[in-house]
Amino acid sequence: MNLVVNNTSLFLAAMLVLVALAISLWQKLGLDKDIIIGVVRAVIQLFIVGYLLKYIFRVNNFWLTTAMILFIIFNAAWNAQKRGAGIAHALPISFLAIFVSTGVTLGVLVLAGAIKFIPSQMIPISGMIASNSMVAIGLAYRSLNSQFHDQRQGVLERLALGAGLMDASIAIVREAIRTGMSPTIDSAKTVGLVSLPGMMSGLIFAGVDPVRAIKYQIMVTFMLLSATSLGSIIACYLAYRNFYNEQKQLK
Amino acid sequence: MTALMTLKNVTYQVEDNLILKDINLTVPAGAHYTMTGPSGSGKSTLLRLMAAMISKTRGDLIFDGQPIESYDPIMYRREVSYCFQQPTLFGATVADNLAFPYQIRKQTMDTAHVTAALDYVGLSAKQLTQKIEDLSGGERQRVALIRNILFLPKILLLDEVTAGLDTANKDIIHEWLRHLNQDRQVTTIMITHDTTEIEAADQLLRVVDGRLEVGA
Repeated sequence: MNLVVNNTSLFLAAMLVLVALAISLWQKLGLDKDIIIGVVRAVIQLFIVGYLLKYIFRVNNFWLTTAMILFIIFNAAWNAQKRGAGIAHALPISFLAIFVSTGVTLGVLVLAGAIKFIPSQMIPISGMIASNSMVAIGLAYRSLNSQFHDQRQGVLERLALGAGLMDASIAIVREAIRTGMSPTIDSAKTVGLVSLPGMMSGLIFAGVDPVRAIKYQIMVTFMLLSATSLGSIIACYLAYRNFYNEQKQLK
Repeated sequence: MTALMTLKNVTYQVEDNLILKDINLTVPAGAHYTMTGPSGSGKSTLLRLMAAMISKTRGDLIFDGQPIESYDPIMYRREVSYCFQQPTLFGATVADNLAFPYQIRKQTMDTAHVTAALDYVGLSAKQLTQKIEDLSGGERQRVALIRNILFLPKILLLDEVTAGLDTANKDIIHEWLRHLNQDRQVTTIMITHDTTEIEAADQLLRVVDGRLEVGA
C-alpha cells in the first residue's frame, strides 16, 4: 500500500479550495458561500461515513450491511425524486426502481462469485449501482416531464383516437428510458480512452496491478448497464401513468 | 330519431372560471350539427367534454342510454371521436398515421380499407409512404380525418377542421362529411367560423359566453 495521505497533506491540499474561492470572488460568481458550505459538508459527511464504514466492516453483520444498503437506496431514491417534480409518488417509484435494479445487479454479482456478501464489498458496490441508477432515473424523469409538456398535442390526439394510456405515451416512455441509459452507454464506449473510472483508478492508486484492475472495471461496466436499464424502465413504466387522471385524461 | 347523446344542465368550471353554463342538448342519431360562436365562447371546450377529453363539473351526459361515467374512457373515445383543428401527424409517413387506429386495437392495417378511404378524399395509396412533412395543409387535415374514421365512430366531433383550407380542400372534406353522415349514418357536430358553412347548416348550434343556443 503506497497511499500517503496524512492530516498535514490533507490540510495543505485544502489550499486548492482557495483557488475555487478566488475564482468565485474574482469573477463575481457569487458561489463563495456555496463552496464553503459544500466543502464543510463534504468533510463532515465523509468523516462520518469513514468511521461508520470502519465500524460496519469490523462488525461484519448481515443485518447491519443490509440496513446500510437500504439506507443508500433510500438516499438515492430521495435524490432521484427531486428531478421528478410534478410526478406523483416519485419517491416510492424511485425507491422501488433503485431497490430492484440494485438488488438484481448485486444478486447476479454475488451468485456469479464476482463479489462476496461482506460489507467491504457489498456497500461500495451498492453505492456505485444505486448512484448510477439514481442519475439514470433523474434523467428519465426530466425527459418524461419535458416530453409530456412539449408533445402534449400529440398525446391528446392519440387519446382522442381511442388510444390506451400506454399507446398514447409509448414514444415518450421509450425516449425517457433511452435518455436515462445513454450516459452509461456513452461512458461504456469511452471507458479507458477518455477516463479511467473511479473503481479502476482507486485500485491502481492503491497499488493493484492495472490488468487486474480492469477486470473489476469490466464488471462495473456490466453492472451499471444492468442497473441503469432496470432503474430507468421500472421508473418510467410506473411514472408515466401519473401524467393522466382517473378519467384517462392528460392532466 | 332516438337520442344518441343528451346533455342535461352540463357545467364546466376551472377554479372560479365558469366556462360552460347549464348546457342542454339532445343529439339524435344521424344528426349533423354546425356549431358556431365567438372565439373563446366555449365551443371547443364543449366538444372536448363530449369527447371525454375533459370532464364536466356538474350535470349529466348520457351517451347511448348510459351516463358517460359508466364507460371506459378509451372505449368511449372510439365511439365519440374528436378531430382537432390543427392536427399533429405521428411518426414519419402517412402509413404510420393510418396504421395507428389498427395498432391500438391490436390489428394489422387493412390496406384495402385504408386505400379506399384515401381514394375517397382524393389521396392515393402511393402516398402511404409519403413523408408527413411533404404533405400540404389540406392533405395533412385529410390524413388526420381518415385516422378518425377508419373504424367508424357513432359521433364525429370536428373542431374547425376546414379552417385555413382552400376551397378545393374544403369541398373535398364537405363531400366526405356528407357521405359519412348520410350514407354511413355517422352523427357529426362541426365547429366553424366559415360563413358559407354556417349558411349551409341544416341545424345550427351557437355558443355564446358559455351558453348554448340551439337552432339560432
